[in-house]
Amino acid sequence: MSQQQNQLSSMTPVPSDEPTASPQDTGKRGKWRDGEIYQSFRRRPATIGAAILLLFLIATAFLSPLFVPQNPYDAAQLDLLNAEIPPIWQADGQWPFILGTDTQGRDVLSAILYGSRVSIVIGVAAVLLSLIVGITFGLLAGYYGGIIDTLLMRLGDVLLSIPTILVAILVSSLARQALPASLRDVGAAGVLVLAIVLSSWVQYARTVRAQASVEREKEYVLAARVLHVPNRRIMLGHILPNTLTPIFVAATLNFGMAILTEATLSFLGIGMPPGQPSLGTLIRLGNDYLFSGSWWIVVFPVMQLSFLVVTVNMIGDWLRDALNPKLR
Amino acid sequence: MLVFILKRLVNAIFVMLAVAFLAFAIFQVAGDPVEMLANEQMSQADRDALRDRMGLNDPMPVQFLRFVGNAAQGDFGMSYRNNQDVIGLIAERFPATMELVLVATLISLVVGIPLGILTAIGRGRWYAEGLQFLSIIGVSLPSFVVGIMLILVFSVILGWSPSFGRGEVIDFGWWSTGLLTPSGREALVLPAISLSLYQITLIMRLVRAEMLEVLRTDFIKFARARGIPRRRIWFRHALRNCLMPVVTMTAMNVGVLIAFALITETVFQWPGMGMLFIQAVTFLDFPVMAAYLVIISFIFVVLNTAVDISYAIIDPRLRSAR
Repeated sequence: MSQQQNQLSSMTPVPSDEPTASPQDTGKRGKWRDGEIYQSFRRRPATIGAAILLLFLIATAFLSPLFVPQNPYDAAQLDLLNAEIPPIWQADGQWPFILGTDTQGRDVLSAILYGSRVSIVIGVAAVLLSLIVGITFGLLAGYYGGIIDTLLMRLGDVLLSIPTILVAILVSSLARQALPASLRDVGAAGVLVLAIVLSSWVQYARTVRAQASVEREKEYVLAARVLHVPNRRIMLGHILPNTLTPIFVAATLNFGMAILTEATLSFLGIGMPPGQPSLGTLIRLGNDYLFSGSWWIVVFPVMQLSFLVVTVNMIGDWLRDALNPKLR
Repeated sequence: MLVFILKRLVNAIFVMLAVAFLAFAIFQVAGDPVEMLANEQMSQADRDALRDRMGLNDPMPVQFLRFVGNAAQGDFGMSYRNNQDVIGLIAERFPATMELVLVATLISLVVGIPLGILTAIGRGRWYAEGLQFLSIIGVSLPSFVVGIMLILVFSVILGWSPSFGRGEVIDFGWWSTGLLTPSGREALVLPAISLSLYQITLIMRLVRAEMLEVLRTDFIKFARARGIPRRRIWFRHALRNCLMPVVTMTAMNVGVLIAFALITETVFQWPGMGMLFIQAVTFLDFPVMAAYLVIISFIFVVLNTAVDISYAIIDPRLRSAR
């Protein structure tokens, strides 16, 4: 790789249209194809494979209503006569149940694709919300310092002294408890998002705070202050863009974590209800049939979940290396 | 030095008080405990008497202080589900979880350190890159998925290991162990592997990163120049300098593993604290939930504080830094 590429890349850490407050980069930002990010992406065939697979998984999950044989959430479309049909390549397999059916006659492929959609939507919602909460708290704490800083960071300390999975379990079970019984199934996804957000915002807040308290002392912020730029604009327009790189990596890796946490909670029986199964719920339901020989009920959801999380984490892992200036 | 230790201790106590407050808050969300305990035949007067005896008529801060006082003495009240002493229930399950966690930690060290060395010294070779790639999968796979697949392969298909329970146990006073009976050891294998997989990959990655850093330093180059054999450099000189962070992470992660054990315990029906907790969550047994939260956090905080303090003793620079 040439010197020029190195130089370029160190100034454009994220290939995005985000305004960057760094003063040197105007006019020097090349096309992103020449950048380090794209180059290092091309050098890692495994990451390319992971990205393609992930896109495929997301696309099939969201387009699934167009081609799957049944809507697994609609009890009227399930037929008990179709229960426990093995996958199509086995002797008793039946069209159109390519991956077989579960004990209620639910098509496993349809359930998996709908389940992935639930998992992905909850994961994205949880990451976005954690980002908003974490960035807001982190900016406030880092920019203003003082009592806000102490309070928020102490709260974070306490949350970090409890294992995250425990926070998620407690929030999820208590929030469900607080909901009236009729809303519990409808609100299940919201409760899960809340549980994941509460157990993961601290990480973003700490990252942003550390960066913000450094940036605060720099001259461009001082200059903005002298010009009477409002505090809110200094925080959002000047400081925030300079904290985005580590946040971007953390968000990708946390997307994988969020899907995992959702699946774990659903597996433990305090997540999505059996009526609207996510991948975790499907695995929990299928786990009971592991010994009865109906392995397909559990193995395919397990594979789908593993592919989803592994591909997300591979991309996150690559991003971390690609954006880490120390490793270049 | 004394000031530093005191600071850390005060911090730990502060965190524990906050955790106790969260645990206390569980009861406020939970609804009226009298209704949970009372049966159909109890009259209103009986209920009022029970309420008074439980101190539920006192102001909130008094109730909280009483909760903290009792918890500090190991008294978390009675389980709603079977009217047993909560701390007794947990103490009974504690050895099962600890045994699982300690064996998993041991496995992760025995497997993780050599793999880390291998991937560091073979950097660029196919096996090292392959292992590094596998480690991403190891970090990504949820532990219940690992457990289910292990059961499917080794219990259902091959029929080698039992898939649930703890086998026979032998009691030593209040501690029960499954390590001394063949069935106990057999039952431990799959859960321990499943719990340790994540930890193995973490240790492997840590050792690899540390080794790569140490191998770049001057004293290693000098050792090479002196003609010391490679093997000796790797294992005598470089490895020793990597072990400190490994020990730290292992100690701190014991707390994480205890928490994560609840998933493994659910998959393998392992009769530990975690399964007790999950059952408590399902049956809304709030005293057990609160007690579990406090105890796990206590272990967590004690380990973290101990690591911090031992670091300050070893490395004086850290004392003034905080």
